[in-house]
Order: sequence, then structure tokens, then C-alpha cells
Amino acid sequence: MAEVLESSQPIGSMDSRAKWKYLDNILTRTGPFTDEDFPCGEGAIESLSRAKVLVIGAGGLGCEILKNLALSGFQDIHVIDMDTIDVSNLNRQFLFRHADVGKYKADVAAKFVEKRVKGVKITPYCGKIQDKDEEYYMQFSLIVCGLDSIEARRWINATLVSMFDDTDSDSLKPLIDGGTEGFKGQARVILPTITSCIECQLDMHAPRAAVPLCTLATIPRQPQHCIEWAHIIAWEEERKDITLDTDDSEHITWLFQKALKRAQEFNIAGVTYSMTQGVVKNIIPAIASTNAIIAASSCNEAFKIATGGSNPFLGTPGADNYMMYTGDDSIYTYTFEHEKKPDCPVCGNLARPLKVDQRFTLEEFLDGLAERPESQLKKPSIRTEGKSLYYQSPPSLEEQTRPNLFKKLNELVEEGEEVVITDPAIPGQFKYKLRFS
Amino acid sequence: MLKIWSMKQKQQQDEAATAGSKKKKVTAAQLRVQKDLADLSLGSTMKLSFPNPDDIMNFNFTIEPDEGIYKGGKFLFDFKINQNFPHEPPKVKCTQTLYHPNIDIEGNVCLNVLREDWKPVLNLNAVMVGLQFLFLEPNASDPLNKEAAEDLKINREGFKRNVRAAMGGGTVKGRTYDRVLK
Ligand SMILES: [Zn+2]
Repeated sequence: MAEVLESSQPIGSMDSRAKWKYLDNILTRTGPFTDEDFPCGEGAIESLSRAKVLVIGAGGLGCEILKNLALSGFQDIHVIDMDTIDVSNLNRQFLFRHADVGKYKADVAAKFVEKRVKGVKITPYCGKIQDKDEEYYMQFSLIVCGLDSIEARRWINATLVSMFDDTDSDSLKPLIDGGTEGFKGQARVILPTITSCIECQLDMHAPRAAVPLCTLATIPRQPQHCIEWAHIIAWEEERKDITLDTDDSEHITWLFQKALKRAQEFNIAGVTYSMTQGVVKNIIPAIASTNAIIAASSCNEAFKIATGGSNPFLGTPGADNYMMYTGDDSIYTYTFEHEKKPDCPVCGNLARPLKVDQRFTLEEFLDGLAERPESQLKKPSIRTEGKSLYYQSPPSLEEQTRPNLFKKLNELVEEGEEVVITDPAIPGQFKYKLRFS
Repeated sequence: MLKIWSMKQKQQQDEAATAGSKKKKVTAAQLRVQKDLADLSLGSTMKLSFPNPDDIMNFNFTIEPDEGIYKGGKFLFDFKINQNFPHEPPKVKCTQTLYHPNIDIEGNVCLNVLREDWKPVLNLNAVMVGLQFLFLEPNASDPLNKEAAEDLKINREGFKRNVRAAMGGGTVKGRTYDRVLK
């Protein structure tokens, strides 16, 4: 990989560096804030061109991020997105054209940027982030997210945190997360296990604003209330057996007609097909300038990290790690340190390998754990991803899982499988990967 | 022959690789539910049951109020929790047809912590206690069953009689309700 890059872009060659003149002003000089270890000059240029970066999401933020990274001197970029291009994306997802409608975003975005920025290699993957395993994520130096789903963010966060191995510095993958919602946005840097993680920061995401169900059912006041009513109540009443597919135009049309009729009954104007689509799919109007600002901030952090400390980056231990932008309140930004939660279910306690005798019963195993000074368990509950091994509460589940106490560990857990133990006496949890002996 | 052998080895390696990577980890949502279950303090009027004990994200919940208008009834709910918990609240539905101002006949429940007032710091206990409160203090100001709410507002004694009739499997204003007496 490195050889290929070097031959096409000889580092230090005046010819090929000419176009990076302004970038090199930063990379070949120190400034008042540069780190004393900053590999000023060739070192910084080389570490930037060798950095392999993964971009998750090729939508509104993703287009900006890909363009910015390529123009900042990153040369080996991968991009994941499972979506195809919709005509409604074209106003802001500027790497796409009308002829691209229906094609995969990751494919089209990669080709477009490769064509416009000579020397950059962009590898697309059209699919879900969950399709890929730890080995895949291990190849990157850092990951930049431009996602609109909290679920996907939680998944990549948990994956990167669990990949961290304190005996291998390569396993620390900085995660730069950009997010926008209308005029608001945030850019944050997560250094797994070092800074607070996305799970620690879950309360920073305002839950979706919801209208009380009884308002929808009895006194709708806005067109959106009529649509929500059609979505939540009418569909369940009349089409219970059909799973609502928000991408199916017949389904949206049905909801739209229902909502329209209800709006007429209550003398409410304004229900449209596209509003129905927006409400049902929970689409928050995307604003191109918010995406541009957040992507710029995210890529600036990626650049600082990849060049080896050209300047302090968000997430530098002990410093601020979270920048929020509130564009509907002038151009206000606020940057602060979001602190790690000691009882975070993801980064609070990492899975540690634990050697156990596989002939132990679950009860013997738990008794043994209780004796370990670190754990001090009083009423432990324990599970694997797929199995409830033993629960203290509620009583019905205790009864259902009690027989497991007398089974041998190798009947319940696979070699290397993760078990998670919680106990009301401890704030966080213990995770162990069982190794049988 | 040699080629088949190396292909076989390759296949085994691939299988080993996928077996290793496919080993799933307990998710943050599961972990949170596990903690919430340990923190339940429900008394004797509320019970949970798990059709599949390995799946703690889907279960049934029963309330048997020991006071109030709905005393003597046994009310069944279905809890569905997705991987976005606790960012999103659990989805809760009543599985019976009840005469209740805040529960419609489809089983939708109007409870603030299930929708507009849900916050990730709230736990399952808060939802369950909130559900029980609906049976102790049904309220006419959040109507989902408009007729029941009107009855409660206008004629509390008549409302009580209707509740008793409906709980016995009777008919109120032309609608037959499920028998929910213990
Ligand atoms: Zn965390």
C-alpha cells in the first residue's frame, strides 16, 4: 500500500508537492501551539499521506467530509454507506448528480472525489457498518462519522471501545463524530477508554420531541398531529397485519390520505404528501451550511490527529472534547470537556480475559467471583449476548434462570464468549471473556 | 490434491475468523435493561413474566391493583424494548380491551413517560409505577378513550359502575370489554 502511494506521489518531490503549497505552510512550520513532538516537515507530510481513514456515511455530512479530507492531503480514504441516492438529496449532497439517482452513495461519492482530487484513493463499501468485523476496523488510523442515526453511532462506538487492548497502541482508534440537526450540530473526538464515549454522552442527544398520545387521539392542533395519528393509531387499527415500510409510496399515500381526512374533520390546513413522509420518517430539515461547518470542524480534528500533533486536538487528554454549534442562535459555538462516566456500560469496564475451569458450575463461578476483592459482588446477575445465565430479579426470571446455576460453564458459555455481570452493589459492570482451562 | 488441501485450510481459517468475530457482545441496551431489572421495586401488585427468558428485551407485565376503582382486576401489558434503549422509551401496549380513559381499545397507553417526557435517566421501574398509577388515578384530562374520559369527568359514580361492568366482561355504551377480574 505504502509503496503504491510513494510511487504515485513521491514524498518531498517538488512537482507533486506544488499543489499542497498552503498545506505545507502548516506542515513544515511550528507554531505557538504545536506539540514538541510534532514531526514538522517530512514526518508530518508522510504521516498524513499514509494515514488510512474511514468515513462512515456518505450523505449530507459525508460528502463534505470526503471532499475536505481529500483536499487536506489524506490519500487513503475508505467510505461506508448503505443508502442509495434519492432525488431529494441533490440540493446539498453535492457529489451527486441527477443521473446518479438510485446508485449507491458510497460508490458515486468515491468516484467523484477521486476524479476531482488527483492522487487520492477512495475505497467504497455499500452496506452496513455492522457487516464488518473488528479486523476490518483495525486497519484504519482514525474514523470520521457523519451519521444521522444514534443507533449506528452507538454500535461503532461500542465496537471501537471493545477493540481497545492496552498492550497494543495500534488498537486505539480515534473516533471523530460529526452530527447535525437543522441549525444545530456537534463535532466531538472520542479516544476509546481515554475520553468519554458516545454512550457516556447519550444524554446529549435530545430525544425525539413527541406529542402526548391523547393530544393526537382527541385534540390535534397541527397538521403534524394528524399525520402522527395516522401513523401511530390509524395504521394499527386498520392495517395491523402489514408492516409499515416508510420507503413504500403506497404506505405513505395511505397515511397521507388518512391524515388529510382527519385534518379536514378538525379544520386543520397544511397536510401534504411530503410532510407526511417527513413526519413518518422523522426527517429533520438538513441545512447545507450546518453540514459544512460541522464537517470542517471534524476534518480539522482528523488533520491534527493524523499529522501527529500539529496542534492540540479536541479530545487531547484533560482538554475539551466536544464542540457544539447552535446556528439558530447566531453563530454560537461552545466547546467543553464532557467527562467520562465511570459506570458507562460501554467504556466503564472493558472485557478482560478470565481463565476458569470449564467444569465449574455457574454457581461455583459466581461464588469465586464474589471472593475476588475487585468485584465484591453481593447479588450478581449474569448474561451473554444470547443467553440469560442468572438473574436475581425479577422473581419470575430468577426462577427461570435458577437451573443454570447448577450447569457447568461449558454447557452455558462458549470458549472466548463475553459474559457481563451486574450487581446493585456496584455502579458499573464487569465484562469477562471466558478462557477455559 | 495439494490445491484442495490448501483450499480446505483456507476455508477453515475463514471459518475460524468468522467464528471469532461473530461472537456477539452484550449490547449497551441489554446491559441497561439488566440493570433496570435489578433495580425494580414493584411490591406485590406488579409482576413480570418472560416468554423467552434469554430475551430480556421483550416481556409481559401484569398489574393487580389492591386499591382504587380498578381493584380486583388483572391488567396485562406487553413490553418491547429495542436496541436504542434508553435513548428511546420502551414500547408498551395493553393486550386487553379495557374501559379506561387513558387507554384506547387498541391498547395504546397515554402515559407521559412513555412518550413526551421520556428521558434516558428514567428506568423501567418509573414506567411500571406510572402504569400502575393510571389504575389508581385514571385522569380525564389525557383522554384516549373519549367516552370513558367524559364519564369520569361528568359522573364519577357512573364511571365507577361502568368500570365494574367492563371489568366483568360486560358492555358499556355498546362496546363489549374483556373480562379482567382475577
Ligand atoms: Zn463511555
